[in-house]
Parts: sequence; C-alpha cells; structure tokens
Amino acid sequence: MGKGGQLEFPVIRTVGLQGMLVTFADALSEPSNRATLAFQAALADVAMDGVVETSTSLASVFVRFDPGSVSHDQVRAQLQTLLAARDWYSAALPEGRRFWRVPTVYGTDLAPQLAEAADAAGMSEAQAIDSLGSARVRVLTIGFAASQPYLGTLGEEWDLPRQTALTPMVPSGALVQAIRQFVLFTAPAPTGWRHVGQTGMRLFRPEREDPFALRAGDEMIFEPVARADFLRLRERDPDSGGAIMTEIAS
Amino acid sequence: MSGFRVLQVGPVVSVQDMGRPGLLERGISQGGAADVLALAEGAALLRQDAGLAALEMGGLGGTFEATGAMRIALTGAPMLATLDGAALAWNASHLVAAGQKLVIGAARRGVYGYLHLGGGIETDRVLGSRAAHLMGGIGRAIQAGDVLPAGPDTGHETGLGIGAEDRFSGGALRIVESFQTSLFPADVRERFGATAFTRGGRANRMGVEMVSDGAGFSAAGQLNILSEVIAPGDVQMTGDGKPFVLLRECQTTGGYPRIGTVLPCDLARVAQAGNGAALRFDWVSLQEGLEIQARYEAHVKSLPSRCASLVRDPADMADLLSYQLISGAVSAGADPFDIGENT
Repeated sequence: MGKGGQLEFPVIRTVGLQGMLVTFADALSEPSNRATLAFQAALADVAMDGVVETSTSLASVFVRFDPGSVSHDQVRAQLQTLLAARDWYSAALPEGRRFWRVPTVYGTDLAPQLAEAADAAGMSEAQAIDSLGSARVRVLTIGFAASQPYLGTLGEEWDLPRQTALTPMVPSGALVQAIRQFVLFTAPAPTGWRHVGQTGMRLFRPEREDPFALRAGDEMIFEPVARADFLRLRERDPDSGGAIMTEIAS
Repeated sequence: MSGFRVLQVGPVVSVQDMGRPGLLERGISQGGAADVLALAEGAALLRQDAGLAALEMGGLGGTFEATGAMRIALTGAPMLATLDGAALAWNASHLVAAGQKLVIGAARRGVYGYLHLGGGIETDRVLGSRAAHLMGGIGRAIQAGDVLPAGPDTGHETGLGIGAEDRFSGGALRIVESFQTSLFPADVRERFGATAFTRGGRANRMGVEMVSDGAGFSAAGQLNILSEVIAPGDVQMTGDGKPFVLLRECQTTGGYPRIGTVLPCDLARVAQAGNGAALRFDWVSLQEGLEIQARYEAHVKSLPSRCASLVRDPADMADLLSYQLISGAVSAGADPFDIGENT
C-alpha cells in the first residue's frame, strides 16, 4: 500500500484519535481469520489499561481506548508484547460453534440481483444457485449492523467487486454477495453488494434475553427453496424462516 | 407522574442519550445524540448528569403537553419555542406547570435541537441505553400520542442560560490520518484538504454527504478492500469517490475506504450543518488532534460553571441567547475553543 511498499503482517495502525487496529492480513484467509478471533479472546483475558472495548473484522482486531488515561505509545507497546507471545495464525477456532441450515430463495422479485451476479461470475442462474446454495460458509466476523455476519469463504469465481453504485435498499434477511463473501442483512439498508438471495432469518431480537442470533465461528448453508415454499416457511416461523440450528461438536 | 404527552411531532424526533458503548463486536455502533455537546449543555443547565436521556428533534420539534410540573432545558440547534404562547429562551432552563403547552418549531440554524427534562426522560432501557438506534433496529421515532415520562428530579434551579459554541453553520472540520489514509495518493489527500464542500442532501444520524465541484476522491483498489472497523468521524469514499462523514449511528464496519477521521469534538459541527452549509477539512497531526480533543473535554467539564441566571424575563432573552451569546460576544474570552477560526 502507499509508497512505502508492502505492509508486514501483523501490523498495528491507529484508527482516528481513540483506536488501534491489529491487522493479520490484507486478504481474507483461514489462518488470519482464526488469528483475529484468538487475539481478541486473548485481549479480553489480559484486560489492558485504558481499553474501552475490542471488536474484530475479517482479519483485524480493533482496540478502542481512552487517550486521556493511556497513551498511544503505551497501547501500542502492550499490543506488540501480546502479538509476540505466540503464533496467532495457528490458533484454533472458538468453542461452542453452531451450524445453521437456512432456507433461501435465489433470484425472483425477492432477490433481484442473482442474474447479474451469475453473469459477473460467468455462470447461468442455475449454476449460480447450485454453487451458492451448496457452499458451507463460516461467520468470519459480525459487523456493519447488529448481529450481521460476514460469511466466507466462497470460491474464486465469486471474487466479484462491489458495485460502484449502491443498491438503494435491501430488506431484512437479504443475502448479498461480493468479494468471495456473503453478508446476511439484519435490517433494511443500502448496500454496494448484490442481492442474490432472500431468507427469513431475524438476526437481532432486542426484545429477547439473548438478542443476538449468530456468533463469529458459526457455520451456515443457504439451501435453495422455491419462492412459494419460502413464503410459507417465513409465515410459519417469522423469527428464522425455517432455519435449523445444530451444535458443532468440538 | 411528570412528563410530556406528544400532541404533534416532526418526522425525525427520538429519545437519545450517550448511546451504547461496548457493543461494537455485536455489530452495534455507540449511537446516541448526534450532538453530544448539546446533551452536556442541557445537563449543565439542569444541574444533572449528562448521561440522562433527552428528546432529539431533527429540523422540527412538536407540540407537547405537560402532565405535571417539571423543569426543562432547550439546547442544540436554536428553534422557536413557546410555552402557552410566551416565547422561551433557547440554551436555557425553564419551569413548566402541569397542563402547559410547549410548542417547538423549525430550526432557525443547524439541524438537531434538544428538549431536556429535569430527571431525564425515563423510558425503558434496551441494552443499557434509552437511545433509539434506527439503523440498528432499536427503538423508533417518537409519534403523536407517545408519552415522555420524566425521571425523579432532585434539582430545583431554573432560569439559567448558557452561551453555546456556534456549531450550527458548517465551518472547518479537523481531521487526522487513519489506517486507510495511505490508500489515497498524496495529491488526493492534499486536494481533499483544499476543497470547499457543502453539505449534500443525503444526511441523517448515520452520516452526512459532502458535495464539491470537480473530481471525486478515490483510493487505490477502491472496490476490493476488506471490510474494516469504522470509527465515528471516518470520512468514507463511496464507489464514485464522494465523501460521507460517518456519525455515531454509523455502521460498525464497511468496505469503502476512508481518507481520515474527523475529531470527535467536531462531529456536532458535521451533524448540525444544514443543507448547503459550507464545510472544509483541515488536516491536523495525531498530537494536535489529541490536544484539541483534550481542550474540548475540559470545556465540557466546565459547562456547569458557565451557566448563569437569565437576569430578565426569559421571554425577552430569546434573541439575546440565540444570537449574541452564540456569536461569541459573551463567551469568546473564556472559551477554550478557537471560535474565531470556525466561522
């Protein structure tokens, strides 16, 4: 990046005035995602001075701190020490993961950008449904909106760039695709990703004791169903549209 | 119980407090008031905690009937306010009797005005906060027929005014480099700092569009970078290189690259810029940014000592408070802000 050439990973950089980002890779990979989840878990155990909260993205851990109580230099030094403590890329996935099978309509008026995405991937619509509908993907991180998963990794053929123009609005439960990932939308929002499928999953239920449906590390398959079947499932099960969840034995 | 019954209300009115820090990893940004300085000013006027909830009114207030006697304060974007027909000073605290009708009109400058109740607005908390987070699917906008209950009020003082910093007409936004700044070529960063922007038509509690003449501001590999954490204040470039300044209710991660981060203390100036207001970005170093932010935080701590009695009938004070104090005539000497730079 920039004129200084390639970054050497892991790298620590500032985020505005009050944050620091530990990045394990600049492209999505299995080891960097595992490193990210394990490093965040380790930070929670260490309880660093001045740290307000941490979160993960695909290949980075974000640390928010109060610069009034701890300096940038102190935070950076503590993060460097923890980074040096082990090989984070070989860390195991978190415990207590679940597997979700989610009935999904591909295409139709409910997911109008399947044809466009299939075309960009060099497939027919039927091939695209076979490919996307059989991919077992993992929750790489939760972000953008409440309990909203980034899911991967899809095959190389799905390494499609985001659209230059935003899709003005996709509904709650929308399955959208770009850059070898899916995102499953919590709430209606504009997006630069293509709306290829529609599910009945409600990911965030603020009225419940445990409002967050998914955790980083959970695995999902978006199984193709006919439009009429999907509508029936969603009516019968407004919370998850017929999705079935099982524990993954560790 | 004291409180207000909402008789009529504008379209973008919601209960807000300092929001929900600590839920980033669940995908929920902190949210809370678009202008947190206004929350602190209201708390100072009522001599109460700045964490209490208030009513945030975007562009237009409403008509509210008091269900009991209570203290109120009005802060943020100055709006026309009357109590049973008599004008009320903005940036001031007042006593309201049961049955009185409070009418708050359109913003004269700026966007978000705030109505504070003695004891705060005591609606139910969700995930630790009373703030509506519309992007996050928590709570909803206030509608006619709603009731805003006041919490227990331990204070008694009213008739105080405060000279508010003028953040309602655009101006300079101080910005620091962030982890994606280097994706933008040096000449693009320089041009960004030299460009005159106006606030665009797309603006809400999540973010504000910045419009300028000439080319957009694009990064290398713009459409293929990994989604990364977003900090409020990040200036995101969408696909066509158009900047959006993201606010406290923004998404928690995003894939569009960000050229830098506006200082937290300047975010109220972004949120409060009306459509078409002139804005520009001034690059500052991390060290300068930390010092500016620390001065702002000291100013917030000093707010209670900056409240003074309204010496005349509040009805006569409306214009004085809305124009003379805010323009700096009274407060500039003691104010740690560089108010003069921002006009």
